[in-house]
Amino acid sequence: MKHLFVFILLSFLPAVSKAQSQAMDTSNWETSPGVIGTLILVLIVASVAVIIMSAKISAYADSMKKKQIRKRNKAFDEELIGLTDPEIDEILEKRKAALTYRLPGNELSGTEKAFDEKGLISKVTNHPDNPLFDEKVSSTIKIEISPTLKKIVIYYLGAAIFWLVFGTFIGEYLGMKFIWPELDHVPWLSFGRLRPVHTNTVFWGWASLAMIGLGHYVIARTSNTNIYSKQLSKIVWILINSSIVLGNLCLMSGVNNGGGEYREYIWPVFLLFASGLALTLYNFYKTVAKRKISEIYISNWYILAALIWTVILVTIGYLPAYQNGLGETVIQGYYMHQGVGMWFMTFTLGLTYYYLPSSLNKPIYSYSLGVLAFWTQMLFYSLIGTHHFVFSPLPWWLQTVAIVFSMGMFIPVIAGTTNFLMTMRGSWNHISKSYVLPFFLVGVIFYFVGSSQGSFQAFRFTNYVWHFTDFNVAHSHMTMYGIICFLLWGAIYAILPKITGKEPRQVFVGAHFWLAFVGLFAYMISLMTGGTLKGLSWIEENPFIESVVLMREYWVWRAVGGTMMFISHIVFAYNFYIMVKEDKSVTKKTIITI
Amino acid sequence: MLNLSKNHKNLVLLSFWGYLILSTFIALIPATQMQGVKPLPGQPDLTEEQRSGLDTYVSENCMACHTQQVRSIEMDKTWGSRPSIPSDYYYSKKRLDFWRQSPSLLGSERTGPDLTNIGLRQSAPEWHLLHLYNPRLVVKQSVMPSYPWLFEEKDSLNVTKNDVVLNIPAQYLKNKRNKVVATQKVLNLVDYLTSLKQPDLPDETTVAFIPAKKKKTSDESAHASDLPDGETLFMKTCSACHQADGKGLPGAFPPLAGSPIVNNPDYSIMIQIILKGYDARAEYATMPSFAKQLSDKDIAAIVNHERSSWGNNASQITEADVKAIRDSVMTQTP
Repeated sequence: MKHLFVFILLSFLPAVSKAQSQAMDTSNWETSPGVIGTLILVLIVASVAVIIMSAKISAYADSMKKKQIRKRNKAFDEELIGLTDPEIDEILEKRKAALTYRLPGNELSGTEKAFDEKGLISKVTNHPDNPLFDEKVSSTIKIEISPTLKKIVIYYLGAAIFWLVFGTFIGEYLGMKFIWPELDHVPWLSFGRLRPVHTNTVFWGWASLAMIGLGHYVIARTSNTNIYSKQLSKIVWILINSSIVLGNLCLMSGVNNGGGEYREYIWPVFLLFASGLALTLYNFYKTVAKRKISEIYISNWYILAALIWTVILVTIGYLPAYQNGLGETVIQGYYMHQGVGMWFMTFTLGLTYYYLPSSLNKPIYSYSLGVLAFWTQMLFYSLIGTHHFVFSPLPWWLQTVAIVFSMGMFIPVIAGTTNFLMTMRGSWNHISKSYVLPFFLVGVIFYFVGSSQGSFQAFRFTNYVWHFTDFNVAHSHMTMYGIICFLLWGAIYAILPKITGKEPRQVFVGAHFWLAFVGLFAYMISLMTGGTLKGLSWIEENPFIESVVLMREYWVWRAVGGTMMFISHIVFAYNFYIMVKEDKSVTKKTIITI
Repeated sequence: MLNLSKNHKNLVLLSFWGYLILSTFIALIPATQMQGVKPLPGQPDLTEEQRSGLDTYVSENCMACHTQQVRSIEMDKTWGSRPSIPSDYYYSKKRLDFWRQSPSLLGSERTGPDLTNIGLRQSAPEWHLLHLYNPRLVVKQSVMPSYPWLFEEKDSLNVTKNDVVLNIPAQYLKNKRNKVVATQKVLNLVDYLTSLKQPDLPDETTVAFIPAKKKKTSDESAHASDLPDGETLFMKTCSACHQADGKGLPGAFPPLAGSPIVNNPDYSIMIQIILKGYDARAEYATMPSFAKQLSDKDIAAIVNHERSSWGNNASQITEADVKAIRDSVMTQTP
């Protein structure tokens, strides 16, 4: 499959970089490589869903089989109860004779007296059924970590989950506004002001806090030491949270930095967030520096680099000197693309390099592939921001560089995907055991699918059809949600029960998984279809309002998918509560004995 | 040498410098180069009112749904007569103030129409005011939010002479005695929106669209008429005011259905109005001139559509008829 993709890509690379004067042929849009590629990618996701579903169904079939066996046993029990007294007496007599039978005890030793002539035996015991060995060591899943680290992880995750629920509630509300534009007339809740509240909250609130929280654990654990300064971790927590509270208040009251996506917070507010990142970088760096093993685990490469790159990115994004006129647009393409690529993607990959193998209790498949993916991620991801402005007045060479290197993105993506899938190989039975692997699997598949789809979308032709339409919204949810959220959830479900000793109920984790997954699928497919039709309607130069009217049903389906996603987050928040709540009366041990 | 897997300092430094160099090449240098762009000759700067309008545009985040870039591809011809060029943004994309940066006017989504040329397409402030108060007053299927907080509801007794009063159908008002009055804020916003026009390029320069290869349409439509589809053009150009059903909007835009001018066998007044605009009747908004936007073919198609729809039944005209009137009318002093 992968070879096929590389082949498809290589064969179209020349076409992509062709001169600008070439005319756009829109007659066979269905057969354009980007469109076909995207369709195949969507099918991959669908088939993964089918695989997970069938694993779950087969687990269900197993449980049905067990039920059958229990039924048979019950029938046997009833048969016993139906026996008459003489029959029972006869059986019991036989059994008594069997039980009272004793071996003489000298079958192997013979009858000769033993004597230790060479003085080899030092201790003789007459109790071979020693309880010390008899009792099985109960396999505790709990990992002992320092209470401070545990507290840090839980605080970060707790705040993250609050922002997830809040941010997606806003998103849900915005989705409704496409169907009922007159939902409210409150300036603070108008679409333009709320849209960045949704995006910034889930970006800087949910995903970033969750990543940093999970990162603390990885950094400390793989360096075999304590976090350098827990005080810094506390300060960062306050800085980031207050940045989001203040930023959202600003946006809702109409103070917007200029509408560039993901830098809508004005600089004093975002400075809080950025200094949070810089302090985290310092804290993590110092922790890695005092590690007790010589190697720096690959996760820490990604995590440290994500922090370094994002600090640079945010600084460049906010400094004003070169941002008049289209300078701002150059920076906007650079910033919004790499906000996703250098921060969320890089950091989350780092987390996956730790949590995925550790949850399967095996090492990562290949360290070198991880390193290859790391450097190619830096090289290619950095250069492709302008593919958000194809056909715009930005310099044509900048657009071409972006498109060509978007193809280059296949190298880190395929390297990463291969690495993760090969790590999972041989552990597929974990899919039916818990939901940790399904979360990771979906995240990894979306990593491949979402990133490749993004590269396809950078083709000049696909851009022609899809740019400015709702397809973009589908793509960003496919990646930020499909990749980042699913991988983060996998990591959270993998680690939290181990450090708190409390497991959420499988049925609720399942509810979270399926609602999020099916919801995302509905969301994606409806906007991809609608977006394509919208683009085609524009190409045919129909009146603009027709493209608004035709979107209506797709917006409805988007809202349905969005609602499922939102409900899944509430279930997730409940699961989190179960995993972290302090309950002194019922410990894990008593649950087992009951 | 570098021993990256064991030397954390080298690892961090290499990531730092590697990324900074790449960023310089791909972001800092091109962005700095864009600072050298000069405005076109005769390109107007924004007035103080228009800047304040741009402020409102940013603070309501209109960029979330509206782009301001005509891409260099054929389908974007709808939004401007030429592709956008860096100079177009010389005045509008400047740092807003100490707190806020240069606005991201180019946008990334077209949930609503592109606004590069909205001042030319829709120059009547009355239309913009109604549209901002409640978009569905003028475009029934619109999903744009209403902005009632940019207006003031006043008791009709308190309305002064200087107030700009909106002509809102009674069913949209909570209190029938009230009048909706535009605030200075929204007047500035409308001033900004109507100022959005692509500046002309100096004579010798041209920027071309990348042409699209169209599907070959079947031959039958070719000999039926060589005019474009009048209904589509009407929907794109005229229906925002005169409405799809040709009934207009009472108190704002006159009806075309049953209009004596439209049904007049002498089509010259009608074509003159389209070419030059019209502001003879106080109860209606000013109609802008369409001479620049529409070709003779387009106008003929639109006129024919209007003269044969909604119960109208007047004779059809040809491209040559429009051309004759354009030649005689447009040579006169404007």
